[in-house]
Amino acid sequence: MAAGAQGSGGVASPRVAQPSADSDLEARTSAVAATLRCPVCQGESIQDSPSELAQQMRAIVRDRLKAGESPEEVKAYFASRYGEWILLEPKMTGLNIVLYVVPVVLVIGGLVMVSLLVRKWTRPQVGDKG
Amino acid sequence: MNWKRSALALLAAAPLIALFAYGFTRNPAEIPSPLPGREAPQFTLAVLTPGEGRMARTPGDTIRLRDLAGKVVVVNFWASWCLPCRTEHAALSEAATYYADRPAQFIGVLYNDEPSAGMRWISEMGGMTYPSVTDIESRTAIDYGLYGVPETFIIDPAGRVAYKHLGPITAGVLRRVIDSVLVTMAPSDTALQLKDS
Repeated sequence: MAAGAQGSGGVASPRVAQPSADSDLEARTSAVAATLRCPVCQGESIQDSPSELAQQMRAIVRDRLKAGESPEEVKAYFASRYGEWILLEPKMTGLNIVLYVVPVVLVIGGLVMVSLLVRKWTRPQVGDKG
Repeated sequence: MNWKRSALALLAAAPLIALFAYGFTRNPAEIPSPLPGREAPQFTLAVLTPGEGRMARTPGDTIRLRDLAGKVVVVNFWASWCLPCRTEHAALSEAATYYADRPAQFIGVLYNDEPSAGMRWISEMGGMTYPSVTDIESRTAIDYGLYGVPETFIIDPAGRVAYKHLGPITAGVLRRVIDSVLVTMAPSDTALQLKDS
């Protein structure tokens, strides 16, 4: 019969208003929530989504940050439950590196190709005189 | 040469076409779960509805996953507003009755729903043979990486997630997975009982 196991209960500690600490926690919560994908939305973060699940996930982010976890630890918790899918910005490890490298390679390749074509098109034709 | 250009364009487009083709084979709504094979997240949740027979629990008591070590635990997340939950209800209730004499425990977890709505739903459906618990603020649901209902987790006697099922589960899947977990358990009586199934 271990009902009501939540909270320390008992001693009533006086609550002192700490607006600066609260706003700092809110800012840190928003920053972490903005990096986590909402599982029931299309391409939205849990910070942007008004869904009930997103709100509940934001509450967990807030609680974990308040308990002293770092933003990385909070993100790692969600990744351990939902997989890396939950991270809007994938970690730069393993196969994920391809996601970061391919666009750069494509842009460089495209620039090289365009410059080669431009040089070819602007080269004076053999038959041209003056 | 024209054919050279065509071949080059085809070569350049091939990886993109292959990527799109692969994309069509995937369900974008399906999130791969990292939980199967890992230790199941612990929970302590208050009983909402009792269930029946050997699986029954007293409403108001709590069910702790830790206390169920040594059993196969079927955790089904459901809600009264969830239509597919109606589809799977009979399969779950019948399976819970079928496995009542085995080392197994079925638990329903009410997800983002009013307890009164959940209780009404159960009576509308003609009862639920296993207990259901409430999950305040969906803490346990999020711990299990839930993103919709119904979702069902089958936890082995060692406390590891053996299987995760998205959407309505069927009697066939329940029997196949639970039996395969039960046969890995040592007692010969369990294995003997399974031979006739």
